[in-house]
Amino acid sequence: MTDQSPRVVVTGLGTFNPLGTDAATSWKNALDGVSTATTLDNDWAETYGLSVDFACTVAGDPLEFLSRPEARKLDPSGQYAMIAAREAWKDAGSPEVDPLRLATVVGAGIGGVWTMLDQWDIVRERGARRVNPYTVPMLMPNSASAHIEIEFGAKAGSHTPVSACATGAESVAWGMDMIRNGRADVVITGGTDACIHPLPLAGFANIRALSTRTDDPKTASRPYDRDRDGFVLGEGAGILVLESEEFAKARGARIYAYASGRGMASDAHHISAPSPDGQQRAIREAIEDAGIDGSDLKHVNAHGTSTPLGDISELESVRDAVGAEKSDQIVVSSTKSMTGHLLGGAGAVESIFSVLALRNRVIPPTINIENLDENVPLDVAVNEPREMPEGDAAVLNNAFGFGGHDIAVVFTNA
Amino acid sequence: MAHTDDEILAGLAEIVNEETGVETADVQLDKSFTDDLDIDSISMMTIVVNAEEKFDVRIPDEEVKNLVTVGDAVKYISSAQA
Repeated sequence: MTDQSPRVVVTGLGTFNPLGTDAATSWKNALDGVSTATTLDNDWAETYGLSVDFACTVAGDPLEFLSRPEARKLDPSGQYAMIAAREAWKDAGSPEVDPLRLATVVGAGIGGVWTMLDQWDIVRERGARRVNPYTVPMLMPNSASAHIEIEFGAKAGSHTPVSACATGAESVAWGMDMIRNGRADVVITGGTDACIHPLPLAGFANIRALSTRTDDPKTASRPYDRDRDGFVLGEGAGILVLESEEFAKARGARIYAYASGRGMASDAHHISAPSPDGQQRAIREAIEDAGIDGSDLKHVNAHGTSTPLGDISELESVRDAVGAEKSDQIVVSSTKSMTGHLLGGAGAVESIFSVLALRNRVIPPTINIENLDENVPLDVAVNEPREMPEGDAAVLNNAFGFGGHDIAVVFTNA
Repeated sequence: MAHTDDEILAGLAEIVNEETGVETADVQLDKSFTDDLDIDSISMMTIVVNAEEKFDVRIPDEEVKNLVTVGDAVKYISSAQA
């Protein structure tokens, strides 16, 4: 970006996830170290032979937030995103903005899997005529972005990054770029997914990505623990309202933080295995783009999914990208230890936690660590929250996805 | 077993409410689906499909455009089930 590019600020937060049905509750529960993983209240394991029968489901019923007709036109992933978007917009003070200067960038890692499979069941059991005519607009990956665009009258563009588990952070990154490129003054951005369904569970289980700790689901998501054995599937959405600094200040908005830099890289390596090269390039680019020094980083909200290989290689990437001598003030945490892995929602909810950590000067814990892996190369907030020192600070949020998508976003204090 | 016109109206009102949020009391015989109840063509199709299932009738697509008012729909369903 040039020196003339607008600076981007975060003015609104909203989320619907396993820790809470709003940002304030989610944040409180994150600081309290609440685990949300539970054995699913259904017979999938028995009926289908699923090896993993637990997950992190959202904290509330969407029908307490949406009317029944609204809910019937939205896949669960769209429902979560709409609830979060309304919260974020209200939190931002419902900005009065020219529709031609308002955009949405809301991605989904997988999208309307429930709609697609429910409606396929209807085709088979009751015939094609019974299929909901809203099926396609419900299952398409851009459904959430489109519904939010319509809800808030955003005419500057409606976009849908799809990059698996990097989606939410990539949406934030593109949202920042839209403002910095002058295409919008305000962008509603984030990500969502609702994939706790036997098919994705089976797929993730068979690629050996999921924890199989069925006897103790509460402690199954344990990034950086010596005995971690995979991620726990979660669901939910996170939405941030981004604005140009000038626009936000002119309307007297409350500013949480600056969205200062983003890095985006691809591995060209493997469809599911991570690559340190791409991760490091993304992190370096985000730091450079933010105009900070690596030593300004006080906290990393890590991708940290609780897989044996991924957790350590990510932290080595952070150390190597920042430089070992400059990374001694970084405190790492993976909030996936509490929320599970929200897939397309992950990077967005974790961006929200990054902003709140910066704003409140407290770093949420990584829970369920019984024995810290001796190969962890950075300081981790083990089981307890940590204070973040006062003064200028930067926070890094990483998100990596199947396909070799590497996204890094840097937030700095307002 | 055939439904009375009152039963069809009440059943349609429930479907309309479920699909669109329009109050059941507002679903009256003289109301136009599009002009009075603000129901778009896609929602109309979901109402038709649900009505077919509820009243065990078939409403061909080419008939749907003739169902301007709630009364038209009640009349069509009533005769179709006979």
